[in-house]
Amino acid sequence: MTDQARRQVSSRLLITVIAAFGALALGDVRAQEAPKSIRIGYVVSKTGRDAPGASASTTPNYQMWIKEVNAAGGLMLKAYGKRVPIEAVEYDDQSQAEEAIRATERLINQDKVDVVLPPWGTANNLAVGPTLNRHGYPHLAVASITDKAPEFAKRWSNVFFFLGMGSQYGEALVSTLEEARKAGKIGNTIAMISVADGFGVDLSRATRNVVEKHGFKLVYDKSYPPSTQDMSPILNEVKALNPDAFIAFSYPPDTFLLTDQAKVLGFNPKVFYAGVGTALPGYKKKNGASLDGVMGPGGVDLDSPAIQDYFKRHTVSAGYEPDRWTSAVTWSSLQVLQQAIERVGKIDREAITREIKTGTFDTIVGPVKMDNQMYTNLWWVGQWQGGEFYGVAPKDKKGAKAPTIPKPAWK
Amino acid sequence: MSRLTVVLAGLGACSALAIATAAPLLQGGDYWLSLGVTLLQYGVLATAWAMFSGPTRYVSLATAAFFGIGAYTVAVLGESMPWAGVLLVALGIGVAIALLVGLSTLRLSGVYFVIFSFGLAELVKQIVTWYEVNVTRDVGRHVFIDISQRQIYWQLLALLVSVLGVWALMRRSRLGLALRVIGDDEVVATHVGIDTSRTKLMLFVLSAAVMTLTGAVLAPRWTYIDPEIAFNPQISFQVLIMALLGGTTRLFGPLAGAVPLVLLFEVLSVNFPNYFLILLGVTFMAIIYFVPNGIAGLLQRVMRHRRSV
Amino acid sequence: MVLTDVLVGGLTLGGLYALTALGLTVQYGVARILNLAYGQFLIAAAFGAFVLATRFGLSPIITLFLALPVGFALQWTVYQLLLMPLVRRTGAGPALETDSILLTFGLSFLVLGICVAAFGGDLYSYSYLAYPVDILGSKVSANRLVAMVFAFAMKAVLYLLLTRTRLGTAVRAVAVSPCFAPLVGIDVRAASAIAFGIGGALLAASGVLISMFLPFSASLGVVFAMKALIVVIMGGAGNLMGCLVAGLLLGFVETLVASYVDPGLTVAANFTLFLLVLLLRPTGLFGKTVR
Repeated sequence: MTDQARRQVSSRLLITVIAAFGALALGDVRAQEAPKSIRIGYVVSKTGRDAPGASASTTPNYQMWIKEVNAAGGLMLKAYGKRVPIEAVEYDDQSQAEEAIRATERLINQDKVDVVLPPWGTANNLAVGPTLNRHGYPHLAVASITDKAPEFAKRWSNVFFFLGMGSQYGEALVSTLEEARKAGKIGNTIAMISVADGFGVDLSRATRNVVEKHGFKLVYDKSYPPSTQDMSPILNEVKALNPDAFIAFSYPPDTFLLTDQAKVLGFNPKVFYAGVGTALPGYKKKNGASLDGVMGPGGVDLDSPAIQDYFKRHTVSAGYEPDRWTSAVTWSSLQVLQQAIERVGKIDREAITREIKTGTFDTIVGPVKMDNQMYTNLWWVGQWQGGEFYGVAPKDKKGAKAPTIPKPAWK
Repeated sequence: MSRLTVVLAGLGACSALAIATAAPLLQGGDYWLSLGVTLLQYGVLATAWAMFSGPTRYVSLATAAFFGIGAYTVAVLGESMPWAGVLLVALGIGVAIALLVGLSTLRLSGVYFVIFSFGLAELVKQIVTWYEVNVTRDVGRHVFIDISQRQIYWQLLALLVSVLGVWALMRRSRLGLALRVIGDDEVVATHVGIDTSRTKLMLFVLSAAVMTLTGAVLAPRWTYIDPEIAFNPQISFQVLIMALLGGTTRLFGPLAGAVPLVLLFEVLSVNFPNYFLILLGVTFMAIIYFVPNGIAGLLQRVMRHRRSV
Repeated sequence: MVLTDVLVGGLTLGGLYALTALGLTVQYGVARILNLAYGQFLIAAAFGAFVLATRFGLSPIITLFLALPVGFALQWTVYQLLLMPLVRRTGAGPALETDSILLTFGLSFLVLGICVAAFGGDLYSYSYLAYPVDILGSKVSANRLVAMVFAFAMKAVLYLLLTRTRLGTAVRAVAVSPCFAPLVGIDVRAASAIAFGIGGALLAASGVLISMFLPFSASLGVVFAMKALIVVIMGGAGNLMGCLVAGLLLGFVETLVASYVDPGLTVAANFTLFLLVLLLRPTGLFGKTVR
């Protein structure tokens, strides 16, 4: 080696040694090395019968959240004093409970994710419940409604329900109707139909149990198979009975059909309530102004600036608006998760679960605090008014609008 | 086959069985265990399917009906009876319905039987749904039975071994001969004095019984079972494809079809979650074009070729 | 009043069922191919109509007439490219049925995957001709009426095509006796391909029509395939009249049960009817005892 080269090598060596010492010295300040990324995995229905629900309420929220968190540098882990970016792993459960279970196990055992975000749907959430519980992962079961939530909460100490129970939706709806009856706006007859599936059965049972208590009479009480392609026989029957209120605990395809066919048949009850689907942006786009007065589960406080901002960002990120029921709740659950992780300061799932169970969180739907692992400060009934789906019940919740009863005739 | 081949094959089978039995005891393999459960599930279903549909050439899409009956029985009775009792009840119901179905379908043939069996599966689902919705008012059943995945695995393994054993014995018996004759030419069979109806019925009931048990064994895995989940028609199609792919005439044919397909589904859905369906479709079609006699047939051709070389 | 509702409702629903199954029965009756991808192609046509209607403002009626040649060409190509190798390999024997079931099963996944990749899993719906038409005091949506009328019209057109043209007679000959048709100089393969194409035209038209009033998503293909299969088999595979009658019967039973018994039993009633028909007439209502 030439003299000059040797000098270059030794000076480079010196610098490297100094740098190494420096790094070691700095490293001593932290207890451990920060993880390169936080692995967050989720299984959602991209195909199959649950896909419409997941793509409306769940997937765009997950993608937007990860994008925004990473744009800010990642989640703030104060145990390492720095932001760590999220690395996402995504699978399709094909709307099969079996696949959801296996994909969740894959996420935990093979991909070794730090956090698992829940799938869409009651069946899928309950299916992956035992797996998440066994491995100690916090389970924020957002898109699931089950009357057995308290039992599950006792059985799985790491599960949190965000969308309430069927009985709560039924009670709130009938109470709202009772108020309208007492104000002389409607009579006491209700016609109720429900889709022959968990959702329909749960909510119709809940409603059936409370109608008499609130002074109503059920003049029609039937269920129909999912994917029925013609609702007009039912609607003709119901129309002939001339009920004051029409309640349908339906799924999106039937919700759309019911609305279309009710219009064609000229069926104009004073109250028209349909189930899942009324809060979808597609429903609004298709029906436009003729939607005014239609009621459904959920609702959203569109006067709140936080919600308005969320709507704008979601429309940019996903290319379409969020739905007006589950979407905002899903987003707030992600905020809860983020704040819990940042409060704990590192990926300690037990501590994170504890924090979610006991803490109060600031979200777009307001402050969120779990009550026995359930979040119940929800909009139970919403109504389309002036082109937006506002929350109507509970009527003393901030942002509630008075319901428009009777519903104006279809335009 | 020479005596040495037989002994080697036997040893091979025993060691494979030993490995399969011991596998779940390894730690940290929850995901592989889960995959193993699915492999066994479809292995049993495909073999049971081929047991009936292979010899009789009746292509059945009723798998989902019996699988669902097993699963739903567990969902309803699971917490009120000991496990063995629940399995027995499920088996009983499956056999009863299989008898009913078998007696009514024997006049059909060809594509009419196929669609009839499909219609049957759907009808069972509709009736169960209607009953749950209107009578018991409790459509989604929550299953809180404490059975670990390992136990499910071992039960399925036992089921697979039993089914293969029964089928192997059957093929060597007079019943097996009768079946082969029926499969070749049913008219000849009746003329020779074989009671084709009774034979077909027995096979159908046997096949259905196994499917029912499979559904029952798997039910505790899902926590929440409703008719849509239990009576999922996709199972019927997948089992059909696997058995046809593997070859229904050889003993290990259906297994040879089930294992690669389950693995294929898994590989595709893990690595290509966004294009899973397209790739699955293309792979399927490629298999049909290039493996016309089923995988077992392909293997046999390869072995024959190697022997002659 | 209610009786006319049931009558008209049953007719329109039955017309819908018959319409969606017409193409399949032609395909199976002549080419002996049970096209499991049928429903998926139907949904693809519905997507096409949706895109043309919402993004380009094209009236679905025009799309309907566009769909006929496009559907024909697509299914004809599918037969020539994808199914021909199977036909040659099996010599159009009984193995063809098994192989074609498997192949079209794979094809349905492929088409489903393309639909999902392009449109996601969402629900799509648009309104066209959604105003009420008064028939005998009963109100029906105009778009459903159009679907029903089209079903009957297509049946009539097909009947004329099959009985009054040389091509039609050739196709019928192949359907009746594929072994002996070549003896009179009929190119069986070409006739089968044409029949497949005709089935394709029908299914594309059905897809466009149903998109006018039924909300659909990519996964609905299976539902339609199954419904079409039920109608085809119940009516007797390959028989046009049988297809129409079976469709109408199912529509009536469903409407009757929904109105007078319990809407929850409609599907059960349909399947019971289907099973009963097969038990009493093992080859369908109008089927021949051909193996």
